[in-house]
Order: sequence, then structure tokens, then C-alpha cells
Amino acid sequence: MSAVLTVEHLSRSFGAIKAVDDVSFSLEQGELLALIGPNGAGKSTCFNMLMGQLKPTGGVVKLNGEKITGLLPRQIWRKGVGRTFQITATYSSMTVVENVQMSLISHHRRIYSMLPYAHKLYRTRALELLDTVGMADQADRHCAVLAYGDLKRLELAVALAHEPKLLLMDEPTAGMAPRERIALMQLTADIVRDQGVSCLFTEHDMDVVFAHAHRIMVLNRGQLIADGSVEEIRNNPQVQEVYLGGGMLFHAAEEKADA
Amino acid sequence: MGLFLAQLLTGLANAGALFMVASGLSLIFGVTRIVNFAHGSFYMLGAYVGWTLMQVLPGMVGFWGAILLAGIIVGLIGVIVEICVLRPVYSAPELFQLVATFGVILVIQDLTLMIWGAEDLLGPRAPGLKGIVRIMDEPVPQYDLALIAITPFVAFALWYLITKTRVGILVRAATQDREMVGALGVNQSWLFTGVFFLGCALAGLGGAVQLPKGGADLLMDFNILTSVFVVVVIGGMGSLPGAYLAAVIISVLNVFGVSYMPKSTLVLMFLVMVVVLMFRPFGLFGKEEVAGEHGQVGEPERPIKPAGLPVRLLVAVGLVLLGLIPILGSNFTEVLATDILIFCLFAASLHFMLGMGGLVSFGHAAFFGGGAYVAALFVTYAHTPMELALILAPLGAGLAAVIIGWVCLRSTGVYFAMLTLAFAQLLWSLVFQWGDITGGDDGLVNIWPSAWASSNTVFFYLTLVICAGGILLLRHAAHSPFGYALRAARDSARQAEAMGINTKRIQWVAFAFAGAMAGVAGGLFVFSKGSVFPNELEIARSFDALIVVFLGGVKTLSGGWVGGASFEAVKDYLTRFEYWRLALGLLIIGVVILAPEGIVGSLRKLGERLGVLNTGEDKR
Repeated sequence: MSAVLTVEHLSRSFGAIKAVDDVSFSLEQGELLALIGPNGAGKSTCFNMLMGQLKPTGGVVKLNGEKITGLLPRQIWRKGVGRTFQITATYSSMTVVENVQMSLISHHRRIYSMLPYAHKLYRTRALELLDTVGMADQADRHCAVLAYGDLKRLELAVALAHEPKLLLMDEPTAGMAPRERIALMQLTADIVRDQGVSCLFTEHDMDVVFAHAHRIMVLNRGQLIADGSVEEIRNNPQVQEVYLGGGMLFHAAEEKADA
Repeated sequence: MGLFLAQLLTGLANAGALFMVASGLSLIFGVTRIVNFAHGSFYMLGAYVGWTLMQVLPGMVGFWGAILLAGIIVGLIGVIVEICVLRPVYSAPELFQLVATFGVILVIQDLTLMIWGAEDLLGPRAPGLKGIVRIMDEPVPQYDLALIAITPFVAFALWYLITKTRVGILVRAATQDREMVGALGVNQSWLFTGVFFLGCALAGLGGAVQLPKGGADLLMDFNILTSVFVVVVIGGMGSLPGAYLAAVIISVLNVFGVSYMPKSTLVLMFLVMVVVLMFRPFGLFGKEEVAGEHGQVGEPERPIKPAGLPVRLLVAVGLVLLGLIPILGSNFTEVLATDILIFCLFAASLHFMLGMGGLVSFGHAAFFGGGAYVAALFVTYAHTPMELALILAPLGAGLAAVIIGWVCLRSTGVYFAMLTLAFAQLLWSLVFQWGDITGGDDGLVNIWPSAWASSNTVFFYLTLVICAGGILLLRHAAHSPFGYALRAARDSARQAEAMGINTKRIQWVAFAFAGAMAGVAGGLFVFSKGSVFPNELEIARSFDALIVVFLGGVKTLSGGWVGGASFEAVKDYLTRFEYWRLALGLLIIGVVILAPEGIVGSLRKLGERLGVLNTGEDKR
């Protein structure tokens, strides 16, 4: 297997604070990798650097061996990286399906086209994508009236429209009900398995992480303190220390998995 | 050296009034997010009220007392305006309130005319300060020195109020996060009213304090408005030291401009502003303005759909009816309809950029007047035939929009609006002061259509075809991938950028496109009138278009031309009366309060309530 994403010595400081401190890791093709850590560990800073929203103070990010640090978000997207946001960002004046169509229009590089009707372009494909995330029945609803969990699913469809090689999801299940969380992550896991996409996600819900991630990295105070399989992370004393009291949570999750 | 110093002192003295008005505007914007177009009117009121008081109150105490009283009275008038006009519309869509303040301008203009008459009033000189002092052999009025001394005190008092008192803490907190302040139990409406009082009182004070230098006249409101906008933008919205520094810079610059470069005084001010904003997009002391992105106020816009068959038939019938005007109507109706059509295209072009793109331009007249002048200049100097001139007009306006858009789009929100205003004023001052080429105030005349189109009827049909075509083209563009991308950039720039859309470039293209379409309207305008004057580039013309778009309904597809047609028709009717501004102003305020979603938006709501129209959203 080849590494889709390689991160080498990535760092970012804000004044004297090292939000992300010399983080290195790689992501294989078809891998579902979770990045966890307590609040303020540097997860979102890390994500924003991967997506080009934030310039690193040091280090390199490579996509399939090609350096992407310093590129703008839209340039990174063009290279085949899709993302979903921690706080959803959708086009509130459009319908659900039009949000996906917009992504398809950009994917096919037709955003400057003035001749066709946009709402007729790639509609079939957009409906397929909505079907994948279970939103087909809401395709023609106004995006502004959607429930939060549905917005999250819509964002996933929007990201998938670009046929990404790499999917970055910043807290994909935040703000969702427990059952919805499991369903969304199951969906993501299926997509990763079926389409050979690689996925990096951050998450606070340990049930979700332990149930679906292939590999887990733990970030604390800007530093990677652990990187390994679900089993390794669960039994890592350092990780348990970071999540003071969180150890119970791990075992609870384990029992649930066993049950 | 002596002259230099004297001029510097004059500039500093002039900065006083400017600073007071600008800091008032800045305060009001900071807390209420209202761009108060009527701020110049409060300044004018201050001058008139102060003048009257000075006639009554005697002596030195009377003079200064009159100035203070004028400030307080104008502040109270501001409170009345805030309570009656603005309170009902705080919840209306973003920036809609500025339409209301424009209505206030018109009302105040006519009321002032009614009360004080049309003649300019000469300000009385300050008792005890009537003489001059010789500084290095140059005469400097004593009153100037007094002003130079007073202004820092006002600035300091204001600074103290804002930074050291409890009221100031509330005001600053509200500037940063209104909702949070409300959630902490502060009565927001009274805070807003209080700030409005303070802002208007400052404007009134500024108007009264400059009486001995400038007197009072009916043009003061618009005359100061541009300088005030420039000062606030250069200094940075909401920054008092910034406002003071910028007021000094602009005033001194003006004084020196008058003596050394009399032909470019007006241009100079805007050049400085553009240069400052190129390097500091949020002014000298300003922070990044997030008002525009601070969550949309009001309902999000509905999804759009191309018109179905019934609507298309309706449009066809409407166009046929318009085509019948020359047969059924009089010569006068023809000319009026031509005017309205041209204005509708102008408004629709702004609506495309403002409604679809969320780009609020205060200077769209630059492209209307720009197109008009391009056509007129080519006809005058190159004897270009009408057909070619009508093509060159949009090209010229489009080119101007490409350049202006490139600079303006570096900023966002209210700074973007101010920059567009500055560029429009820049073009206006170029045309106005470069009389050798452009005819200056006398305009360019004798620009008539080609022989075949010289009859009113033929020209009407030409206008109908071009304007209806242009409006339909703009409408189609809204439904095209380009229009969708433009809306995407407006709805969520973050998501759009993360989806490969270069939002700035999309907006730039839209800006140029809208500019070119306004240029088409401008070209037609020249040939319909046979002449063009600098007032086609004026700030008032830009505001006309802006108001029309808001009145028609920003968040609707047809808002632009519907608003344009209604406004132009009503205006044509009202201007026959003596106090038409009063009537128009009250009408605008009325529409703003009763129909905060604009004419089209409110009609749609009404239709939905009556069950005639589908709401577009199933009731789950």
C-alpha cells in the first residue's frame, strides 16, 4: 500500500503557544484514520493546515508524494481532497440537491458557464450521491430548513461529488444524536471500503472512534503521543492518563463491542 | 513658510466639524450596524438650528450656548427618527435600514426648505473672536484657533466616555457582540437609541460649530456626506483616534489642494482613500469588518427556479403591452416609458451583483454614468455613430468595472461599499473638474441617435428591445452555473473555496458584468436625452439604484426592475409637486416599515398567505 497523505514535522505556533508541535504521520490508501485528543489538543489547527486554511510555521504536507503546503484550499481541493466542516457550511439559499450539483459543476470546471440552466446539470448524479448518504427523499427541500444531522450528511455528499482520493472530516458527528452518529460513521466506513477512499477524521465520541477507525492517533498539547491500532490505543497508559477518567469510557466501549 | 503654516491651521480648524460628524457616524455604525446616510442631514439641521438660536440668544454665552443647544436638539430629533423609523426595521434584512435613512434625508431636506427657505444663511461671527491673528505675517482667523483648541477637547471627552465609563463599556461591548450584550440583560433598544442620540448630537454640534466659517445651506448634507464616509473609512470604522487623524489628513489635504492643485482637489481625497485601503483594507485603525458575514439577518433567501410556462406567457403579454405604448399612448408616455426602461436595466444590473452576489455597491452610478460618458465622448470627439457608441459604452463601463472591482474586492462588507462609493466619486470629480474634455458642469450636449432611430417611437422600441433583453439576460445568468457559483460565494465563502471556487474571481467577473450592463443603460440614456451631465455619476444616482433594489426586494429575482419601474413612475408623478421630496421620503419610509422584504418579497408573502402561491416548502 502507498501513502496517500504524508505529514512531516508539521508545526504551528500562535505566539509562544505551540498549537501543533512537530507532528508526523502518514495515511495509507483505503484507511480510516481517527485523530483524537482532548479539547485544545490542536486537532482543528492540524486540519486547517492540511486543508490550506492556515499556513504552517514549519513542516510539509504531501499528497501522493506531491507537496501541498502553501496551496490555497481550492487548489488542494482540485488535487482531490474533500472536506467537511466542524460547523456545517452549506449554501442556504439553494435546495439540497443544488448544493450537490454546485459541487459537481465545480468538479467539471463549469462554474463560469453562463449558458445552461444550473439546476438541470448533473442532477441525476447528484441524486445518486444523495441516495448514498440517505438524503434522496429530501433532495428538493430548501437547505435552510434542514435538521443539523441532515446538513452533516449533505456535506458528506457534497464532498463525495468531487470523487476525492482523500476525505478530511472535522468532527463529522458533532451535534448529532447517538444513533445518527453511528449511522454516519458506518456510512463513511462503507464509502472508504467500497470506493478505496482514504479518510482522516477527528472525533470526540469514543464509541464512534473505536467502532470504526482502522487506526487511531492521539494528539495532546500539540504533540502526537500515540499512533496505533484500536487495541494498542485502548491499552496505552499514556493515553489513559491524558483522558483522565476516560479510561472507563474505553472499557465501556470495549464491553459494548464485545456484547 | 508663513503661508504654509496658515494653511495647515486652516486645515486643522476645518477638521473639527468633520471629526464630530464622522465620529457620530462611526459610533452609530459600530453599535447598530446602520450605515446612516442621513448623517449629513443631521449636520445640516445642526447648522440651521444653531443659526436660529444664535439670532435669539445674545452675546458670547448665547453663541456657545446656541451651539450646545443645537447639538442637543439635533440629538433629540435623531431619537425621534430612530424610534419612529429605524426601530421597526432593525429585524429587516441586512443593510435594508439604509433605505430608510435615505428616506429621512429627503424628508429633512424638504422640511428644512419649508422652515428656513431656499436662501443660504450667513453664519454670525463668534462674539469676541471676530478678529484675526497674524502668525508669521499671515492672517489667521481667531475662530479657527478656537476650533483647533476645542476639537481635541471634544475628542477627549468622547474618548473618555467610550473607554472609561460604564455607558462606554456597554457601547463597546455592543459593537463587538450585540446579542451577547442583550443576553446579559442590557436593554438593547435603549442602548441603540442612546447611541443614536449621541451620534446625531455630534453631527448637530459639528454643523453648528462651523456656522461662522461656512454658514448654512441646503446642499450641506450631501456635501459633507462623502467627506465623512471617506474619513470614517480611512480612519477605520468605529475608531475614534482614526476618525480624528483622518479628519485632519483630509481637511489639511483639501486646503493644500485648493491652493496648489485647484483642478484636482476632489480627486485627491479619494485617491488618498484608495491608497490607504490598498495597504490597510480596514482603515488606519480599523479592525476587520465582519458585519457582512455575521450571519444573515432575516430569512435566508429562497431557492430560485426558472419561470414556468404561465409566468413566461405573462412576461410575453407584458412585453406586447409595452410594445403597444407608442400606438395607445401619447408622445409623453413614450418618453417616460423609455426613461423607466433604462432605469430598470440599471437597477437590474445592480440587483444582480447585490442580490445574487451579496456585493453592496454604493457607487454603481460609476458604470451608468461611465457608459454614458464613454458614448458621449466618442460621439463628441470621434463622431462615432450611435450603433458603435452603444457597443463602446458597455465596453468602457465594463473595463472601468474590471479595474475598480479589482481594487474594491480586496475589502469586504461596508468597506467594499465605501470603496465603490469612493471610485464613483473619483470618476465624478474627474468629469466635473476636467472641463476641457468633459465639459465639466455644462456636460456634453448634442448627442442624438442616428437618423433612423431619431423619432421617439423608434428609439422607444430600440430601448425596449435592449433593456428587456438585458434584464432577461441578467435573469438567465442568475440561473446559470455562474449565477449559482456567485450565490455560493455569498452564502458560504468558506465552503465555496473548499469546493474549488475562486470566490473573489467569481465576484470580480460579476462586478464587471453588472458594470457592463449598467453601461448599456448609460449609453441608451445619453441618446435618449441628447446630453449628459456629471450628475449621472453622482452619489445620489448610485443611491437611487440602491434604494430601488432594496425597495423591489433584494432576496427576489425580479426586485431590481420591479423596484426600478415603481420608483421611477412614482417619482415622475411626485416631482410635479413643490414638496415632492417630503412625499417621496415618507413613501420610502412607509414601504420600508410596511414591506421590509421589498415590494416583490412582500407580494410573494401575501400570495402565499392567500394560498395563490405555493410556498415551495412542504409542511412537514
